[in-house]
Amino acid sequence: MAEPGLMLEDLAITLDGHAMLRLSAHVRPGQVVSVMGPSGSGKSTLLAAIMGTLGAPFAVSGRVSLNGRDITRLPTEARGIGILFQDPLLFPHLSVGANLAFGLPRTVRGRDRAAAVEAALAEVGLAGFAGRDPATLSGGQRVRVALMRTLLAAPGALLLDEPFSSLDADRRAQIRTLVFDRARAAGLPVLLVTHDPQDAEAAGGEVLRLG
Amino acid sequence: MSLRAVPILTLVLLLGPVLAGLAGTLAPAFGILPVIGRVEPGLDAFASLFGWPGLPAAMRLSLVAGLGSAVLSLGIVTLLVACWSGTPSFAAFRRLLSPLLSVPHAAAAFGLAFLIAPSGLIVRALSPWATGWTQPPDLLIVQDGAGLSLMAGLVVKEVPFLLLMTLAALGQADATRAEAVARSLGHDRPAAWLKAVFPRVYTQIRLPVLVVLAFSMTVVDVALILGPNTPPTLAVQIVRWMNDPDLAMRLQGAAAATLQLVLVIGALGLWWLGERVVARLGRAWVWSALRGAGGRATGAVALVLAGLTAAAVLAGLGVLAVWSVAGFWRFPELWPDAITLRNWMRHWPGVADALGDTVAIACVATAIALALAIGCLEAEHRHGLRMRARGHWLLYLPLLAPQVAFLPGVQTWMLILGVKGGVGAVVAVHVLFVFPYVFLSLGDPFRAWDSRQATVAQSLGAGPGRVLWTVRLPMLLAPVLTAAAVGLAVSVGQYLPTLLIGGGRVQTVTTEAVALASGGDRRAIGVWALVQTGLALLPFALAIGLPRLAWRNRKGMQHG
Repeated sequence: MAEPGLMLEDLAITLDGHAMLRLSAHVRPGQVVSVMGPSGSGKSTLLAAIMGTLGAPFAVSGRVSLNGRDITRLPTEARGIGILFQDPLLFPHLSVGANLAFGLPRTVRGRDRAAAVEAALAEVGLAGFAGRDPATLSGGQRVRVALMRTLLAAPGALLLDEPFSSLDADRRAQIRTLVFDRARAAGLPVLLVTHDPQDAEAAGGEVLRLG
Repeated sequence: MSLRAVPILTLVLLLGPVLAGLAGTLAPAFGILPVIGRVEPGLDAFASLFGWPGLPAAMRLSLVAGLGSAVLSLGIVTLLVACWSGTPSFAAFRRLLSPLLSVPHAAAAFGLAFLIAPSGLIVRALSPWATGWTQPPDLLIVQDGAGLSLMAGLVVKEVPFLLLMTLAALGQADATRAEAVARSLGHDRPAAWLKAVFPRVYTQIRLPVLVVLAFSMTVVDVALILGPNTPPTLAVQIVRWMNDPDLAMRLQGAAAATLQLVLVIGALGLWWLGERVVARLGRAWVWSALRGAGGRATGAVALVLAGLTAAAVLAGLGVLAVWSVAGFWRFPELWPDAITLRNWMRHWPGVADALGDTVAIACVATAIALALAIGCLEAEHRHGLRMRARGHWLLYLPLLAPQVAFLPGVQTWMLILGVKGGVGAVVAVHVLFVFPYVFLSLGDPFRAWDSRQATVAQSLGAGPGRVLWTVRLPMLLAPVLTAAAVGLAVSVGQYLPTLLIGGGRVQTVTTEAVALASGGDRRAIGVWALVQTGLALLPFALAIGLPRLAWRNRKGMQHG
């Protein structure tokens, strides 16, 4: 049953043996599922479990699969899941272009790499920014670069860890629309973690509650 | 090799030589040294040790120098931080910290000697107008029998070390808010800090304080320069016996090293009791109605004492510099008659000879220590192989176990196994002392690194190796270089390991400089001690400069 999209089957997380959360979900390509809950309800822990970065004292059971492939035991870099955190987390020692090229698949070679980077920048209105120092960008520009960096790596799904909460109110709606549009255009299943009802509302999909 | 094996490998590399060395010291002390045909256990070595008339004085010196230096250094640092943290004078002190830390012990001791000796700069400045002296007075100031100048020489170097450790601990103690709460309850500044912050800070700096205690009891190079001669400190006497051409004297040396180890353990026990007493008194003070601790007066005393320690090191370096270019310099003139480069030209060939080995040993030892430290920290990050509190004690063991107690044992093993001392052996033993400092220096910034950066890089398809080499280490360039600078400075400053394990065949800038202590050629000492200081300082300058150069176009990399 090669069900397309991101499947969480009876995913359960325990902390030092105590049950923390248990969840099943199916996020279809192009669809956004929002996970809401107060702080401390384990939203970020859930994303870490899906990314495969959760270590002791946490333990994870259940199954995570992406387009029918079981990825529960795979290392983070082999899962093909992109993530956007609350902070854009551009690598501060690399130029904007090098940040974008970081995850570009090896199959894109030579001149095509620079062309792909330039095209990605142009898509989000940042043409000519490849040589810039990330520290000189505005907050909104950084989120856009972070988004394109994630998409250039050609992930199979996208996780959003409150990626809009660092932006001011008017910039927020604009970036939110951009991210959802891009993800939908790429046909990515998106799992959004947020405590802001407006984010969940804008996402327009199913809403799961934790805690 | 698997990354998981690195922490275990590191522990074996650190503890193996220490434990083997202690065994190699204990066996000859009890009469067993097969190399010279002694296989019958016995107490002869202790009998002849106790027959040495200098023993009581040597033991007393060790205890007084150790406990005195530890109490004074900790006291000065505690009061300075209690009264002045967060103020401009404190910030000035903080800026001096790195250079003060990197000045090798031997160079600082020479500088202090040149300041306080009867013909030193202080007496010159006061003569003859205030003292009436036209000849250096016949006073035993340096190398005094009570060990006061030795203690002073240790305190000026341990104050910056403990201050650095305290500053690191402050960050985790929520100090600013705790102090503010205590002051709002009516305590004056020092009382607020001592009652509300100090207990938390002390648990963090306890191991470094114990290191200061053990180190000060057993130091050899500083004791050769500032300590008394007849008798010398116990540690110096051990080295004399161990280097005696008559191998039988090693039994006595080993017995003395065993006694030194017992003394250190005893002093650590005494310190432990002292902690209990101070804690009890402190609790009584918290319960009492007393809310003052001398306020401004305490602050003034703390600032003067801390300022004196810094001034002693810096002025000492100044006098060394003047002596290194001095021509004829009459007493009580404050400045030499002539400035000349002749001293430098005369000593340069010797310096150049020693530089090669010094730099090579420091670079290789630091590279090994850095690789092990990064391996341990990365294993901790990837596999959660984190050192517990007990692991921390193990990390400090090479610093707590007196060098003079276990290095003779290592030397004995080399004799038994037929290993010739040389540059390779010296590098191996330097790693023991370089690694803990490198690890402590790199640990905090390495762990403080935002691991979401690693998650992002991995989600972009980078494996753990690529994340380490292309993201983490470049982002941590500044702390890695600082750790390397610390390692280089520690290695350059090592005296006893180089002397004992090098088997007399390895000459570094430090062994050569300390060897000049007995001669009294001030111009030669000036040249060598300055070279020694320069070698330790240069890496720190590079560690500050290189990241700025490498990341000059990256604003986000310039805060750290």
